[in-house]
Amino acid sequence: MDFKDGVSLLALCEQNQMKISDVMREREISMTDASLEEINERMAKALSIMQDAVHKPLSEPLSSIGGLIGGEASKLRQMRRGGKSICGTILSKSITHAMAVLEVNASMGLIVAAPTAGSAGVVPGLLLALQEEYSLSDEHLIDGLFTAGAVGYLIMRNATVAGAQAGCQAEVGAASAMAAAAAVEIMGGTPAQCLNAASTAIMNLLGLVCDPIAGLVESPCQSRNAMGVSNALCCAEIALSGIEQAIPFDEMVETMYKVGRSIPFELRETALGGCAATATGCQKTCQIFHS
Amino acid sequence: MGFISVFDVIGPNMVGPSSSHTAGAASIALLARKMIGGNIKKVVFTLYGSFAKTYRGHGTDRALLGGILGFDTDNLNIKDSFELAKEAGIEYEFKTNEKETEVHPNTVDIELWNDEDLSLTVRGESRGGGKVMITRINEVEVEFTGEYSALITIHKDKPGVVANITKCLSDCNVNIAFMRLFREDKGATAYSIVESDEKIPKKVLDEIKENQYVQNVMLVQI
Repeated sequence: MDFKDGVSLLALCEQNQMKISDVMREREISMTDASLEEINERMAKALSIMQDAVHKPLSEPLSSIGGLIGGEASKLRQMRRGGKSICGTILSKSITHAMAVLEVNASMGLIVAAPTAGSAGVVPGLLLALQEEYSLSDEHLIDGLFTAGAVGYLIMRNATVAGAQAGCQAEVGAASAMAAAAAVEIMGGTPAQCLNAASTAIMNLLGLVCDPIAGLVESPCQSRNAMGVSNALCCAEIALSGIEQAIPFDEMVETMYKVGRSIPFELRETALGGCAATATGCQKTCQIFHS
Repeated sequence: MGFISVFDVIGPNMVGPSSSHTAGAASIALLARKMIGGNIKKVVFTLYGSFAKTYRGHGTDRALLGGILGFDTDNLNIKDSFELAKEAGIEYEFKTNEKETEVHPNTVDIELWNDEDLSLTVRGESRGGGKVMITRINEVEVEFTGEYSALITIHKDKPGVVANITKCLSDCNVNIAFMRLFREDKGATAYSIVESDEKIPKKVLDEIKENQYVQNVMLVQI
């Protein structure tokens, strides 16, 4: 069982009355020698790394290699616990988790690239917030990770997930689409609604540039993960309400790639433009590399 | 494009901060270590492009040395690889080459020496998302990813050598997934790279080595 785009994925779901996560599992089993137990176990391992990464910075302070970030997750949790969150529990938790993963990543801790290290906070951010809020089992979340994997695979196959090739829209944008689709499936949406959510997520972040200060995966990467997870939550909510997306998923993936290739070189992970090229960005770069 | 697994998307499990600059670097160095075998005594890394510019901030140096120490991308010891390399008695050096720009932006040359007096130079490229490609062995341009078990035979460019390699594999019931041949010049040194989905038994190496034109055989198991 294999699929090459969103249309053929939905056709497989329809023909076999399967969820996206099950089609993705079938694909993995039919294309490799792995058994169902093996791939479920391997995904459970990824989930447990994600859970650890989300919690680690809350108990022990981490310092990033470049020193641009650190301590954000703990501050966010403190604000929420103090009853001062302005975005409500689920969004506050999603943001906290997403930023926590980037803290771990920037301090050379263990994370799961999803689809990349720089965008690794988005998928666990949303899924683990849903788990806490709706008391979901790990099995539910593992389904979600296979669904996220299906969307990410299609973006990787038909476009790219490399910031150097297509900017942050290809990293955080892809992660946001993956998380949105996973959330829709976990919360009972149809396969078509999953891809609707993914399509909206890419649409909303179309054109986002990759401009890391000093070339490090720290700032603005960390807050863009918070933005990516918020976008995913919005898009899942929109899709679950039954609102249809004007542009199909496959066309959004194609246009994301086209837009990516027209993003100037300076804004594709070279640290020569955007935030990296601001006066403060340049000053921080000098401090980091010449101190 | 090769097969994209769900674990290429939700993965690799890795020590941060960058799939291309950290995880990819560790994978390249681990492949180089597996190729030379034995105990590594000395290693010199030459970094190009983005690797050369940003290696400190991405822990690329620790990740490379970690790979030489045998660490996978998710091994937390990568963070302490400078200290661990010293303890293991491995001499190491990092150089940068920013003059040569006609290379992939994330390229590293790794020169290795082991305790069996063997030396080897490997060039690797980190192609994004943790995926890597070995593109040069010593002076010869090659291509293999380490995603499959690889048997690398260094031999004279003479008739019958390749036939002998495939015969030895067939005798040991190894199925060839991919096979490619690279050479310096006609009649000079050639590299045959065979990739297989399964583990390649060690005895294949010994049988291939019996051929008079074979100089060395390296095995990189998945």
